[in-house]
Amino acid sequence: MKKQFIIGALASALMTSAAFAENLKVGFITTLTTPAAVIGNDQKNAVDLAMEHLGNKLGGKPAEIVFEDDGFKPEIGKQKTDKLVQDDDISIIAGYIWSNVLMASAKPIFDANKIMISANAGPSVIAGKRCNANFFSTSWQNDQTPMAMGEYLNQNGVKSIYVMAPNYAAGKDMAAGVARTFKGEIKGQDLTTWPGQLDFSAELAKAKASGAEAIFVFYPGKAGGAFIKQYQQAGLKGTMDLYTVFSVDGISLPKMQAGNLEGVLGSKLTNQWDPTLDNEANKKFVADFKAKHGTYPSFYAAQAYDSIMLINSAVGAVDGDMKNVDGLKAALKEAKFDSVRGKFKFGNNNMPVQNFYLREVVEDADGKWATKVVSTVYTDHVDPYASDCKL
Amino acid sequence: MSVQEVPKNLKPHLQAPSLFGFGQGKLVTILIMALLFMLPMIAWWMGNKFYLDFSVRIICLAIAAVSLNLILGFGGLVSFGHAAFIGIGAYAVGIPAYHGYESAWLHFPLAVGLAGLFALVTGAISLRTKGVYFIMITMAFAQMAYYFFLSLEEYGGDDGMTLWSRSDFGLINISDGLTFFLLCYSVLAICIYLTFRIVNSRFGMVLRGCNSNEPRMKALGYNTYLYRLTAYVISGAMCGLAGALIANLQDFITADTMTWTRSGELMFMVILGGAGSIFGPVFGAVAFLLIEEVLSAFTIYWALPFGILLILSVLFIKGGVNGLILRGWKS
Amino acid sequence: MSTLFLIQFLNGLQLGVLLFLLAAGLTLVFGIMDFVNLAHGSLYMIGAFICASLTFWTGSFVWGVLLAIPIVAVIGFFFEKLIVRHLYESNHLDHVLATFGIILIADTLVQLSWGPQGIAIPLPDYLSGQVEILPDIIFPTFRLVIISSGLLIAAGLYWLITYTRLGMLIRAGASNRTMVSALGVDISTLFAGVFALGAVLAGIAGMLIAPITEATIGMGNDIIITAFVVIIVGGIGSMKGAFIAAILIGIIDTLGRSFLKDILEVFMESASAATAGPALSSMLIYIIMAIVLALRPQGLFPPKVR
Repeated sequence: MKKQFIIGALASALMTSAAFAENLKVGFITTLTTPAAVIGNDQKNAVDLAMEHLGNKLGGKPAEIVFEDDGFKPEIGKQKTDKLVQDDDISIIAGYIWSNVLMASAKPIFDANKIMISANAGPSVIAGKRCNANFFSTSWQNDQTPMAMGEYLNQNGVKSIYVMAPNYAAGKDMAAGVARTFKGEIKGQDLTTWPGQLDFSAELAKAKASGAEAIFVFYPGKAGGAFIKQYQQAGLKGTMDLYTVFSVDGISLPKMQAGNLEGVLGSKLTNQWDPTLDNEANKKFVADFKAKHGTYPSFYAAQAYDSIMLINSAVGAVDGDMKNVDGLKAALKEAKFDSVRGKFKFGNNNMPVQNFYLREVVEDADGKWATKVVSTVYTDHVDPYASDCKL
Repeated sequence: MSVQEVPKNLKPHLQAPSLFGFGQGKLVTILIMALLFMLPMIAWWMGNKFYLDFSVRIICLAIAAVSLNLILGFGGLVSFGHAAFIGIGAYAVGIPAYHGYESAWLHFPLAVGLAGLFALVTGAISLRTKGVYFIMITMAFAQMAYYFFLSLEEYGGDDGMTLWSRSDFGLINISDGLTFFLLCYSVLAICIYLTFRIVNSRFGMVLRGCNSNEPRMKALGYNTYLYRLTAYVISGAMCGLAGALIANLQDFITADTMTWTRSGELMFMVILGGAGSIFGPVFGAVAFLLIEEVLSAFTIYWALPFGILLILSVLFIKGGVNGLILRGWKS
Repeated sequence: MSTLFLIQFLNGLQLGVLLFLLAAGLTLVFGIMDFVNLAHGSLYMIGAFICASLTFWTGSFVWGVLLAIPIVAVIGFFFEKLIVRHLYESNHLDHVLATFGIILIADTLVQLSWGPQGIAIPLPDYLSGQVEILPDIIFPTFRLVIISSGLLIAAGLYWLITYTRLGMLIRAGASNRTMVSALGVDISTLFAGVFALGAVLAGIAGMLIAPITEATIGMGNDIIITAFVVIIVGGIGSMKGAFIAAILIGIIDTLGRSFLKDILEVFMESASAATAGPALSSMLIYIIMAIVLALRPQGLFPPKVR
């Protein structure tokens, strides 16, 4: 019985790769289980919307997106990447929320001369020392967003800040990023256990005691809501202004509104995109996304939407010939598509060269909590690792 | 420790464990080992690298499960921190490689040595405790190792580190999928044989004796603590070897391999396969990974049926897959 | 500095009472049924989610908690009757594996029923502010509520175990299980009742922390390991040990997180202290546990007879 099962399972698995050859295929790896699945689902919704806008075609050819779940773990993400790399019909694998999953998955894709498109993660290594002609990003390099925040704090005359971030690589990048540009005094810094710690009482008490003017935090996903809640409960609103990166987004705001976390209203954040950015592509994306799902898309969704539009432009350029990897690469580099962030071009390391905006959390016309653009902090910003890249 | 605290279904076999089992169970064992050899070869022949790699992953985890079985199945020591040894073995490959030392003749001895050393130090402390205390203290040490490697920013920290080229054996090139498979299969075979010899040696008999009746072994004048510690170190070193192979298989090393859930999975493989039998852990690893792979192909909520299977197997399958095979042939 | 120290001490106390609520349930179940329950954290999570739903339904957090408690008790009761009951005869290893399976099931079921995102529980205004305990020492009201309700429950448990017939049976069961059944006590109901009590304690812990950290999937898996550290350090089966160890670990963990980096800076340069500090504070409780067990293999307060 068991033997038959093993043979059957293996045989059927070996055969599935032969089926469904008529559609053009693109792989998309994101997180669909664990609490982080809220981000993955938001990305998946955006990808589905993009395909809907394109009539389920890429470059004019019928196409499908093959989704795989990375389970929030680099190991699993890599295994799923291997699986997609093995599929001869797939030349492009997009997605990747987490820096560590992306780094684990990069090698098999590059080894097989396929193309990786990050729709979120932007670790420094892949932008600098280990940059690769087969890698493209529709997001940002980790350091850029906090650098923009540091710059804004200077402009706004903030003299001292307290920094809090989770103790993992992206958290350290964010803390380093803000320190790179902020000219005032950093009164203290706390790196908290990730992803386990959600109670920040000890750190908030320290922050308060430090006497810093403002607090800068990076807490993505579920930790963001928890932090803001405790920021409010500790009575810091009004005494220490809140500045965040990647902690407040279209996913967490409705939840914060339901939980009545008024502490977040008026807080400032930086990003390369905002739902209120004034361009045709963005208006259509935001309106249709809201109509379909009832909430604002998050920046994760916007980047995922862009990744599909970028792929669409490249597939069109090679006339649907997915085996023409060099042609695809050349077409991707051109970036001839309408990005929801407005103009879009790649730098030498295939990271976008783009604007960064200051956003503020406000109540929109319908009484929903949302964000709006306050000002442009950086224009055509190039990430600090681009010079390390020999491409 | 009083006698009734000995885990009830972990009593060693009255008969000395034989290599392939008894009677017709022997046939099944040989058949499964042959399948574990043939199927990857077929996958390779058909050019499907994914299933070749998948088989190698089964084999590598089987090695880790075999190492755990030595102390859990035969020694009655429930280690809830064996994933730490896998992690140490993996970093013993990754860290030298990061600094440009890529020789396998450095990586593998280092992996075995460091894992053995960690086992010696933590075992010396852990083995002073018994029962649940032992389960939990081994977990505590594994958590310490986990947080230690997590804090090594130079080596990727939470991001993990990519192994840009596999360990260099000189004579053979393990970047080739088939060669690497053959290497892992041979290592598994050697580890199984080693376990068989250890368990049936005088040392192994004392170890099993400590499990079934420690006061008696003490009365006979054996230093049971030293015997257990030796077994713990051998087990840890063997698991470190599995870790070095896993690092090469994945081309990627992360502290995530050391979390307590991973240790739990290893325990489950041993129990599922049949603790205290020579080949049990291999069956367990095969069954565990196959179930996981098949279920996760059907639904992203695979953890639900998987959890149910886990409970059912604990409740109803005594002696694991191995026991099932033996009973199946008898009835 | 001393102000900060006092506030951190209170924060540590709050973590400590929370750990005690979890550890108390573990201790009861282990002490009487000799059952290792990794899935205790799932009851903590389920308590938080049910309370969240009820809070939105009734519009009041207090009502949410009051209604959630009996529901969690019923869940615990049937959980014991359906699954746990069949595992008493097995060894600790089987307990660990089966309850590990229950964690997988519970996490997936919660994701299926409530979705992957967590739920933020709104607090009424009178609980979400701050109070000035001493001049210059301002502390969130709700954290004070956690501390005081935790201590009240601890006192209640002490009364239950020391002065009631149920407590007598629990104490007797912890030291000699066979004797209790020989006395003609309905063991089956006693076990289910004790298990439900443990479930309620874990559920309350979840309900108390959820307004601070949100109810999230897997929230129990992170804290259950710490709760195990607590009962191991305290000595398994000892309620007194669980209480003292919980408060101790809560305070040490919190103080470690806030002061370890500064202490290390006295001995080493600040760059390495910045790296070693967070790493060491994550490891701190495990180091304490290893030291305690190395010196006292039965924990700090082992129950007298086993």
